[in-house]
Amino acid sequence: MKENDVILRTVTRVVVFIILTFGVELFLSGHHNPGGGFVGGLVLSSALVLLYVVFDIETVHQGVPFDFRKIAAFGAMISLLSGTAAAVLGKPFLTQGFGYFDLPIFGLTELATVTVFEAGVALTVIGTVVTIILSISKDV
Amino acid sequence: MFAVFVIFLPFIMALFLPAVHRLIGDRLIGWYVMAVPLVLFATLVRLIPRIADGEVIDVSYAWIPEAGIDLAVRVDGLGMIFALLITGVGTLVALYSIYYLSPRESLGHFYVYLLLFMGAMLGVVFSDNLMLLYTFWELTSISSFLLIAFWYHRKGSRYGAQKAMLITVMGGVSMLAGFLMLYFMTGTFSISEIIGMRETLAGESLIVPAMFLILLGAFTKSVQFPFHIWLPDAMEAPTPVSAYLHSATMVKAGIYLVALFTPLFGGLDAWFWSLSIAGIVTLLWGAFNAMKQNDLKALLAYSTISQLGLIMSLLGFGSAALSADAAGDPTVYAAAGFAALFYLLNHSTFKGLLFMVIGIVDHEIGTRDIRRLGGLMSFMPVTFTFAVIGSFSMAGLPPFNGFLSKEMFFGAAVNIASGQPFAGGAEVLFPVVGWLASVFTFVYCTIIVYRTFLGPVQPEKIDRVPREAPKGMLVAPGILAALVILIFFFPNIIGKYVIGPAMPVMFPVLSQEANLVPEIEAWHGVNLPLVMTFGVIALGLLLFITFRHWKRIYRVAPFRWTMDSIYRGLLQTGEAGSTIVTDLYMTGRSRDYFAFIYVFFLVTVGGMLFLTGAFEPDFSRGPVGIFEISFVIIMAFAAIAMLFARSRITATLLNGVLGYSVAIFFVFFRAPDLALTQTVIETVTTVLFLLCFHFLPEWKPEDSPLRTKIVNGLIAIGAGTLVTAFGLTVQGYDVYSSISSYFEDSYKLAGGSNIVNAILGDFRAFDTMLEVVVLFIAGIGVYTLIALKPKKGGDDIEGK
Repeated sequence: MKENDVILRTVTRVVVFIILTFGVELFLSGHHNPGGGFVGGLVLSSALVLLYVVFDIETVHQGVPFDFRKIAAFGAMISLLSGTAAAVLGKPFLTQGFGYFDLPIFGLTELATVTVFEAGVALTVIGTVVTIILSISKDV
Repeated sequence: MFAVFVIFLPFIMALFLPAVHRLIGDRLIGWYVMAVPLVLFATLVRLIPRIADGEVIDVSYAWIPEAGIDLAVRVDGLGMIFALLITGVGTLVALYSIYYLSPRESLGHFYVYLLLFMGAMLGVVFSDNLMLLYTFWELTSISSFLLIAFWYHRKGSRYGAQKAMLITVMGGVSMLAGFLMLYFMTGTFSISEIIGMRETLAGESLIVPAMFLILLGAFTKSVQFPFHIWLPDAMEAPTPVSAYLHSATMVKAGIYLVALFTPLFGGLDAWFWSLSIAGIVTLLWGAFNAMKQNDLKALLAYSTISQLGLIMSLLGFGSAALSADAAGDPTVYAAAGFAALFYLLNHSTFKGLLFMVIGIVDHEIGTRDIRRLGGLMSFMPVTFTFAVIGSFSMAGLPPFNGFLSKEMFFGAAVNIASGQPFAGGAEVLFPVVGWLASVFTFVYCTIIVYRTFLGPVQPEKIDRVPREAPKGMLVAPGILAALVILIFFFPNIIGKYVIGPAMPVMFPVLSQEANLVPEIEAWHGVNLPLVMTFGVIALGLLLFITFRHWKRIYRVAPFRWTMDSIYRGLLQTGEAGSTIVTDLYMTGRSRDYFAFIYVFFLVTVGGMLFLTGAFEPDFSRGPVGIFEISFVIIMAFAAIAMLFARSRITATLLNGVLGYSVAIFFVFFRAPDLALTQTVIETVTTVLFLLCFHFLPEWKPEDSPLRTKIVNGLIAIGAGTLVTAFGLTVQGYDVYSSISSYFEDSYKLAGGSNIVNAILGDFRAFDTMLEVVVLFIAGIGVYTLIALKPKKGGDDIEGK
């Protein structure tokens, strides 16, 4: 099936970066505004899915050479392990901490351990969604 | 701290094993593993004097304090015997397997399973918390499963592993039920506290059911009749595993459990009778079946069954000492408990030795079928010597430790028969049956030695030239053989320092008696037990010589029926039954599944609403504006249109209309997080749909009969109505005070002003974590289903 999809390809090249940026923005803003690990991860994976739909799997794999099954496992492990840190310190499992720090460029910034936990969630979502979509599309 | 270290060292070492394996390679990994039990054994040996003084080491950490589950470790005389066995035999088995297993095997897996088992087994004997004990107990079943199925490409291995797992886990679960009953009676999971309450517990009505359930766990694990059937099939495991798990340690976990609970249940008549009868029957049946085996390992399996029965019956005899209304001197009966532990120790030495000998024969000759063996004495003189020592000890001959413990068994059985503690009358049979089983034991011990090492060589039936095993392989059995003889000459060192401290643990009420720990004597004059031993030898020899003539007895009816056929029958019936039930509702059409789900929903939720009269619609909350109404109309239109869609793409798009409209509703109700997520999900789902588009079957109008259509339509309308009614009812339901005020403090408590994410990532992070794991598992599931399914013409993995 040979189609002329120049427009789609060109648009994708630009739009993917906008979506990826939006995904990261959603992920980071989740602490105070709508967003968070789950939806951030979903948006990031939708960008990847868009790439896979427009270009073929091999081409994308050259640019994004990750094994998404491993990414999913890695994410689940981060979520799990981020909780044990609290347990080691004698707090109940998965207790999150936060604090306000005066950083050089950013000024007074809030840093929270929940970000690590949410990063695990995001990675699991990305890994799982892409794994499922790739498995189904490979199964011809 | 130290005691916890003992349990967890094997687990920690197992964790590092893959990395170490890569570093030092196949040749050395066995030594790394051997170091674990060796270090632990040395540590435990240094503790012996303290334990022998009656000291008990108690360590407890809170684990799940809300549920009363603690990481409670208790090192006492009883646990010590078993721990010494686990680490001592463990060291020898690790040493032996270094030479036994070829480096081509997946050694990494083998040793990880072995360490896992070691830790679990140490956990069982040192736990002072019922739940902790149960956890470790099941872990021994799991590691045993993995080790039996080590050569998983063999059908027999997989069958044996599954059988062992099904039977022991069945027992384990009933044991758990027994533990819970104890918890309800006492309010604690701590074993030492429960045993401390034995006097108040004696009157409880649940005590006998709890006892039987716990015994079921012990009997399945310690292969008592009729649960013994899994052990012969477990012999598919590599021989070091059989020597370790299935003769020296794991099958003795049931013995440990019985000994542990002897102070609690010991006074009950039911305890005495169940143990004595189950033990004696197992003893006789195991010995009787061992004689007919052609496979040496199967023979040893049945002999293990028989000897575990012997130990179990001794524990039963010993429990008479704790009964208030038993006639006779309690310490005389308690000596049976001592004999049980002494026999248990001796059994581990001579049976471990014999397993290793059989392993050597199998390893060097390539078979362990006695019909193909014979005359190996001149080729394997050392192995032959070991075999003689092990077999004669098992047969109960001097100068080997088996003689001492066999005499003690006869003595204990005679004491029970003459003392008649419960005046049942049946006690008279115990020494008779025990003696008969010992005759059988003598016969199969002679078979092991004679058919393997004496008689003519049959070179045409074996593939290899027989030769002696490599020196390293002979070290471990050599140590065990030396122990078999040493214990005969110096039994009281073991008796006083290793077994003695366990006696007050088993018989706390007798702990002040001076002669609770009896002196072991090899020569005690001509008495009934000695005469019985002479009888065993005489009749045993006679039976062995005439074996060929009376062998046909095994083909006579009651001996031909095996418990095995019952097990197979149950398994097949179970599988057939579940297939019938599953086929009944697994139609393969998602339409049917949805119908089942909605009917269930209608019956339960709808029935609940109807029966409790809780249906109270509340329209007063919030005004309904023009936006809401128009989107409801759009959604209804899309939903109805979908029913009449002529192509799949139309249906997909209409479905998208529904999804995005829901997202817009989230916007109306000021739930931006949900709206965002819903939008992205809808997009990804649509892409998925488009991906699968080519591969979906043709879109056909529904052709089911009108009746089905009407029924399905009614179910659909009912489900929709119910959801609406339910939503309206929930609106007007204010019985409980809202918990949302707690979350409103999210900025103060979690540092985030987005309440939704503060709940997801902080307040209820455990839920989120588990959801993430579930998501991951679902992903792996989809991947395996698709990527690993057999290609056309490929191997059907399951059917093999």
